Amino acid sequence: MKIGLFIPCYVNQFYPKVGIATLELLEGLGLDVEYPMEQTCCGQPIANSGMEKDAIPSYQHFVRTFKSYDYIVAPSGSCAYHVRNHYDIIPQSADVEKVRSKTLDLAEFLNDIIGSDKIRQARFPHKAGLHQSCHGLRGLRLAQSSERVLPAFSKWENLLGKVDGLSLVPITFPDECCGFGGTFSVTEPEVSSKMGSDKVDDYLNNGVEYIISGDMSCLMHLDGIIRRRKLPLKTIHIAEVLNSHG
Amino acid sequence: MGDFNHHLTHAARSASFLEDEPRTNWHNGAVMNFRKKRDATIKAIPEWEELRSLASSIKENVLGNLDSYLEQFEKAATENGVRVHWAADAAAHNSIVHEILNRHQVTRIVKSKSILTEECGLNPYLESRGIEVIDTDLGERIIQMRDEPPSHIIAPAIHLKREEVSELFHDRLQTEKGNTDPTYLTRAARLHLREKFLKAQAAITGVNFAVAETGGVVIITNEGNADMGCNLPPVQIHCVGIEKIIPRWEHLGVFLRLLAPSASGQKSSIYTSHYHQPKSGGEMHIVLVDNGRSDHLGSPDFRNTLKCIRCSACINTCPVYRRTGGYSYHSVVAGPIGSILNPARHPEQYNDLPFASSLCGSCTDVCPVKIDIHHQLYHLRQTLTEKGYVTYVKKTIMKMAAGSMSHPGKFSRSMKWMKRLLGAPRWLLYSPFNVWGKTRELPAPPAESFSDWYLKNRKKT
Ligand code: SF4
Repeated sequence: MKIGLFIPCYVNQFYPKVGIATLELLEGLGLDVEYPMEQTCCGQPIANSGMEKDAIPSYQHFVRTFKSYDYIVAPSGSCAYHVRNHYDIIPQSADVEKVRSKTLDLAEFLNDIIGSDKIRQARFPHKAGLHQSCHGLRGLRLAQSSERVLPAFSKWENLLGKVDGLSLVPITFPDECCGFGGTFSVTEPEVSSKMGSDKVDDYLNNGVEYIISGDMSCLMHLDGIIRRRKLPLKTIHIAEVLNSHG
Repeated sequence: MGDFNHHLTHAARSASFLEDEPRTNWHNGAVMNFRKKRDATIKAIPEWEELRSLASSIKENVLGNLDSYLEQFEKAATENGVRVHWAADAAAHNSIVHEILNRHQVTRIVKSKSILTEECGLNPYLESRGIEVIDTDLGERIIQMRDEPPSHIIAPAIHLKREEVSELFHDRLQTEKGNTDPTYLTRAARLHLREKFLKAQAAITGVNFAVAETGGVVIITNEGNADMGCNLPPVQIHCVGIEKIIPRWEHLGVFLRLLAPSASGQKSSIYTSHYHQPKSGGEMHIVLVDNGRSDHLGSPDFRNTLKCIRCSACINTCPVYRRTGGYSYHSVVAGPIGSILNPARHPEQYNDLPFASSLCGSCTDVCPVKIDIHHQLYHLRQTLTEKGYVTYVKKTIMKMAAGSMSHPGKFSRSMKWMKRLLGAPRWLLYSPFNVWGKTRELPAPPAESFSDWYLKNRKKT
């Protein structure tokens, strides 16, 4: 099985540790992983701003870059969601269909393709709260959303439940959006920040040390607020937690 | 802020709403309460998701055959002795209503359940023609006294605190100053309204459902004002958006089970009233209103929104609405559903609304008729941009980025450039031009990117 590693553009530049943790995790499973250097961005920021036609070249570039892999794994529910759901506006060649159906979020890949019991046990002795990114939660259905009357499940918690020493604390509004929303964070900065601040307060009030999430974009926003407000809270990507063996 | 001047965008209106943080928190909590009550009630309905699918498919059928259901409805209602009118737009609606009232020399009317009449601007139309219009639902009456538009489709005065209502009633109804007891205030309002009911010569109501099979209309309320109105004066007029049609009587069972739990978390509303024919010696009119609905039906991407039963669940769950208030949407229907309905019909006035969302998707998951609300918001962003409604600056910046994304070299140069920028002095990074940095720190740029690391540590060639 040949895995193409997709590292979202902002993760590549600002959070290399998340990319490294993802790569090491996948390699640790004995998988053949490659990071194609030509990759750029999935095009989501452009499309979310209402210019999906302008994003088409980046969609086509993404497909060209990743079409030869069996799976394309990204440490981001948001980018995986975009490729799977919004690449429907380009002609659906066999390559496009393959890339769309084989692009998975890391937690999804570990759960569904590998099996959560196959992963080497990690150790992360901290009190933490999970941040379910909306694209992961309601877009990829990585967990059950609180709006629906259907059996509960969580692919994130499946993985985190096996981490030694980790105490996962429930928060009061577990699937309230953090307010990042891509360009929303700069086109409506006041409400975006208020949502983020309220979200941070929820973790704070529930006494966690770390906010764990599968999406670095939400965490970039929350961390920006945490540091501005000088709060005793840290953010960490789920890949880093699963790859902690200290 | 209760004005609907379209020059002020959602972002600008939100910013000023958010200046009063304690009030924002209070508003967030008050609206979230609806959502909490909804959750508590529906968790006891195991077939909830099946009901949603059923309701959605009944409405799907209605939208596909709307013309024949409307004709069937008209025929059945006419046979029941009801007079049915067709209004192509708001102006036609208002003049039809006025003509009926005029014929009976009506100068005082009572009104209930009136989002549609609000949409058509009926109140000012009738008032300028010498007719007194009294909104009888408590929340509506409150905002009418304050000369404000509604800020929420089922709780139009949700933006007001009890103290503000107490002050208003002290002013207008001479209640005790400072008495904020809800029972006391409601009783005062009831007394005031009773007099209006007794003097009214006609009643106007909206409806929740119109049943094609029976020609009857169904009105669901908690206060019973629609019934007081309809049962007292000789003339009753029901204004009905054409999408309110459901084919059969038995379909009501599905919608009634979904509506009250979604709206307020009640298992069922207090009053579910069925009107089929005029009272003896009276007249019953039904005005079927299009006002942009059939155009909307013709656009395949957005027609799903016509399934809406106006339960307000998407509004109550919306993290943006809760923190920015109804007036930030500068329209009668606020929140996620309003952010589709308004710009789909009047893109020149409401092109900011599809962007007033983080696209979290909670609206789509609460919607009892399964409207894909946040997908439609995403689509509307595309449509509005293509029609040229997105501002110049945003467009240029995004275009620059788009150009580089399909060229790895250019892209990595522009990302590196951005990273270098982040190393700039703080005073530059957090200048007023940096909208991110007003409330948030930027990420600290690391020594090397992942791709640099990968080249050094993994790349074999
Ligand atoms: S869109 Fe759905 S959730 Fe929103 S008001 Fe209409 S029916 Fe209710």
